[in-house]
Amino acid sequence: MSINGKAYIVGAFEHPTRKADDKSVAQLHAEVAYGALQDAGLTKDDIDGFFCTGAAPGLGPLNMADYLGLTKLRHFDSTDVGGSSYVMHVGHAAEAISMGLCDIALVTLAGRPRAEAMATGTAPRSWGVNVPDDPFEIPYGRTVANAYAMCAMRHMHEFGTTSEQLAWIKVAASHHAQWNEHAMLRKVVTVEDVVNSPMVSDPLHRLDCCVISDGGGALILAKPEIARSLKRPLVKVRGHGEATKNQNAGYTDLTYSGARWSGPRAFEEAGCTPQDIQYASIYDSFTITVLMQLEDLGFCEKGQGGKFVADGNLISGVGKLPFNTDGGGLCNNHPANRGGMTKVIEAVRQLRGEAHPKVQVPGCTLALAHGTGGLLGTRHGSATVILERE
Amino acid sequence: MATPASNRALPAIAVDPTNKPYFDAAREGRMLIGLCKDTGKHFWYPRGCSPFTLSNNVELVEAKGTGTVYTFTVMRTKEPYCVAYVELDEGVRVFTNIVDCDLDEVKIGQKVKVVFKPTTGDSPPATMFTPV
Repeated sequence: MSINGKAYIVGAFEHPTRKADDKSVAQLHAEVAYGALQDAGLTKDDIDGFFCTGAAPGLGPLNMADYLGLTKLRHFDSTDVGGSSYVMHVGHAAEAISMGLCDIALVTLAGRPRAEAMATGTAPRSWGVNVPDDPFEIPYGRTVANAYAMCAMRHMHEFGTTSEQLAWIKVAASHHAQWNEHAMLRKVVTVEDVVNSPMVSDPLHRLDCCVISDGGGALILAKPEIARSLKRPLVKVRGHGEATKNQNAGYTDLTYSGARWSGPRAFEEAGCTPQDIQYASIYDSFTITVLMQLEDLGFCEKGQGGKFVADGNLISGVGKLPFNTDGGGLCNNHPANRGGMTKVIEAVRQLRGEAHPKVQVPGCTLALAHGTGGLLGTRHGSATVILERE
Repeated sequence: MATPASNRALPAIAVDPTNKPYFDAAREGRMLIGLCKDTGKHFWYPRGCSPFTLSNNVELVEAKGTGTVYTFTVMRTKEPYCVAYVELDEGVRVFTNIVDCDLDEVKIGQKVKVVFKPTTGDSPPATMFTPV
């Protein structure tokens, strides 16, 4: 069974806040849900499917469904694979809709790590209790930053990738962020700015890292008949792929990500190739995340990511593959430390022709959004969706 | 400009019934790794099942305690420390720290040997590596 053409993204909303001192996480969920419903031209009681993650307060979807007053639910899913979850939820919602399990699905994300002064990337953190790998990793100071940095170090060793090449990813994101009034970092930076910023975890500098921000976002998906009855441009889900990558019993290889598997699955379902993609939202927790995913998704050969991203190739209007035209996690927003939601939202804007005019890809009809969740250097989830303007 | 390894305080290790033999050996200065007796292959990290066959036909066996740095990074925090994967001579890649050296001199491919570092209170020691 294929989901190609069975569901449409009919509503999308990104919360404008980047620091939510005066709002609870639950209220942020409500505000993004309301925003997406307004965008779609639907109301709360139209929703019969609900998707969120473990980052939503409460037991699975239950407490948020209660808070939001969702009383018509007949399908829900709280799959949690970190920041990639929301890309995966698009696929799962399309599957549920195609099977008739629900007609209109809401996906929400919200969080306030910035207001809570969370040391997101540099403090050791467990995902829960009784986690069997914790005794073998947490005492060694495993953090988000060093789990990605070790991938960058190995990539440089095997393929000769340089810090300057990684820096081009940040430079491209900053070129886009300058046009986004909500972006946290709107200043255009240079390769020199990135490589001269303080080292966080070798070889990743401060400007190789994404922002820490509050806020969130929401999406509404619906079956074709409903999508066609609404007034918004039609954004069709053409394909979805997901995968997990783990340590492979101690024989881990840090030169690739789970995109190696989720990407081809999505392209096969969508019936297209990387060369057909006009705009790509690529998860950018760190610059190295983007580089490895671009290789694994097939936008260039393995090991050639450094050359591919250099010289502005990711800048809209300049390079061959415009990416993260909202400024991405590197410059705009990484709400709740989970960037998958904003990846999908910017892809929807591009397909609707509603990105900022300075970064809008002309005639954008085919876009990809990809997420990596968890830790690139230990174990992570990977999700790819391919969307089409109809 | 050298960056000496800090002697940062290490947190207590969460010992459970399955991993206890590993940490009992660590207290005695021995490093163990998993062995799947169905396939004869080593695995890391220690666990109560074979990640190759899922059976519980597994045991912990002593490793030589030597290997090479597969990858690493230096966390430039107030107390800098070096996180690494060390590939043991037995083939598995172990998440660990490189200690007792100038962290600016750590290199991929460098030969290292195991050392055990005290953690908090009565908790077992952590399994780390230092250049040979």
